[in-house]
Amino acid sequence: MANLSDDERAIASGVHPDANAGAAMAMRIVAESARLLGAPHLIPIASAHIDGCLYHGDSGTLFAERLVADGARVRVTATLNVGALDLIRARNVRLDGTKRAMALRLMRAYEAMGCAPTWTCAPYQAGHRPAAGTDVAWGESNAVAFCNSVLGARTNRYGDFLDIACAIAGRAPYCGLHVAGNRQATFVIDVRGLSAGLRDADVFYPAFGAWFGREAGADIAVIEGLEGFATEDRLKAFGAAAASSGAVALFHVAGVTPEAADAHAALGGLPPQRRIVVTAAMLASARAGLSTTEAEAIDAVAIGSPHLSEPEFAALEQLLGGRRLKIPFYACTGRHVGRVLAAEGRAVRLEMQGVTIICDTCVVVTPILRDFAGVLMTNSGKFAHYAPGNTGYSVQYGSLADCVESAVTGRLARAEALWQ
Amino acid sequence: MRGEVLMPGAARGPLLKLGAPISFWGGVDAASGTIIDVRHPDHGRCVAGTILALPGTIGSSSSSSVILELIHKGCAPAALILAVPDAILLLGLVVAVQMGWPSLPALSLNESDFARLGEGSYILGLDGRVEWEKASYG
Repeated sequence: MANLSDDERAIASGVHPDANAGAAMAMRIVAESARLLGAPHLIPIASAHIDGCLYHGDSGTLFAERLVADGARVRVTATLNVGALDLIRARNVRLDGTKRAMALRLMRAYEAMGCAPTWTCAPYQAGHRPAAGTDVAWGESNAVAFCNSVLGARTNRYGDFLDIACAIAGRAPYCGLHVAGNRQATFVIDVRGLSAGLRDADVFYPAFGAWFGREAGADIAVIEGLEGFATEDRLKAFGAAAASSGAVALFHVAGVTPEAADAHAALGGLPPQRRIVVTAAMLASARAGLSTTEAEAIDAVAIGSPHLSEPEFAALEQLLGGRRLKIPFYACTGRHVGRVLAAEGRAVRLEMQGVTIICDTCVVVTPILRDFAGVLMTNSGKFAHYAPGNTGYSVQYGSLADCVESAVTGRLARAEALWQ
Repeated sequence: MRGEVLMPGAARGPLLKLGAPISFWGGVDAASGTIIDVRHPDHGRCVAGTILALPGTIGSSSSSSVILELIHKGCAPAALILAVPDAILLLGLVVAVQMGWPSLPALSLNESDFARLGEGSYILGLDGRVEWEKASYG
């Protein structure tokens, strides 16, 4: 049992004068989690990112509405992950009557608790960037990986419900990656032998991430050989893929991420337990594993998991070069980017070329794709991982350029030279 | 054998021991309990009513939502046996208790006991006891 302070105990048991029943339930959930995690006590947190606002069924809505009815309010800055609806353009989502109503009630309940309606899985590109070393409680596996690894803030993988409970309590269990000594790498992944061309290609990062997630599981690695290549959007794509295929919550990149001035520092000065030298052949098989079909007729393209940044839209616009697409092309992003695209007239141009801009949600969490079967092409390791189970579509994986070229003709067009 | 009680309770049911770690979100259909991850070795099987033995959990932090929904819909496993305690999954059970819904017990087994779990029906006692009952259920 975790040691609660007198205040925490009073809140949890419902006798604290300033705490309502919602705050009490939240504190009990945090305390129970601390027990299950073996945490000795709770710590204050600076912010939260809430993943519980996505509709998975009525139970989540009933839980959130219970908190609202009991007067719960978040005590720290709390951004919201994607919901099941596009609140900007409702017709993008084909969720039916009751489910649609429950999904909306869920989103409104989280807003009612004082959460910021960011509706994005890339909150770190929507202005929510906690300082290195601060303790936070973030949900959404890619956001957790980014927050720990790229920002250097400290969070565990907060599941739905615990994220909002921590935000209401302003507390989190002290354990796991909140503990400085648990953040060191135990092994080294060496990609220095891969060609510079591959390491400098966006399409490398989700494939490498998918391989990395299976290799690392929940262990922490330091990667050597990405200095000068690993941009923020590439680390975003890498982390999302790694957190889909494994339980990766933290990785270090020597010379790039804040806790890895070099591999030695990331390892805490200790010798690595193992060193894996990544070969082109290992990556080729990881890349092949992202596709689940050999079919060459493509029915739709989806990009934007994690949500696209403005520079990623700029890359899309450049690759399109004014051409019209033949098949549905979904570009998922947050309203922080959607607003910019709309204000600059770019959203209208993209839509005219056949790009459907999805805000607040994405194609693997809610019904957006037209049918329940087909072939989806994507450049996202996370879409590639979840699309078959969640949408019924099989997957072809390729670069953003491959996705655009394939969408122009409706036939698979994929550059292979990089991987040879 | 005896496990460490994570969430208390007793249960009885056929064992479903998964061949690989799973993410409940994207891996298990929240409305039915069917395993929908096409890359998972147990794809197509159903977790409802089983003593579900999990070698590990991976992926999404929304797995707690999926298990809560399974509880609410009445198609949750009868119990969870975890090789590696996973707070994300157990959180669904914690919330079910707070909501006053019928939750399910969970316990963890050490590596060698977990490896010894074989086909058949099992009984889980309140004290963390795990007993083989019979070769097949029903």
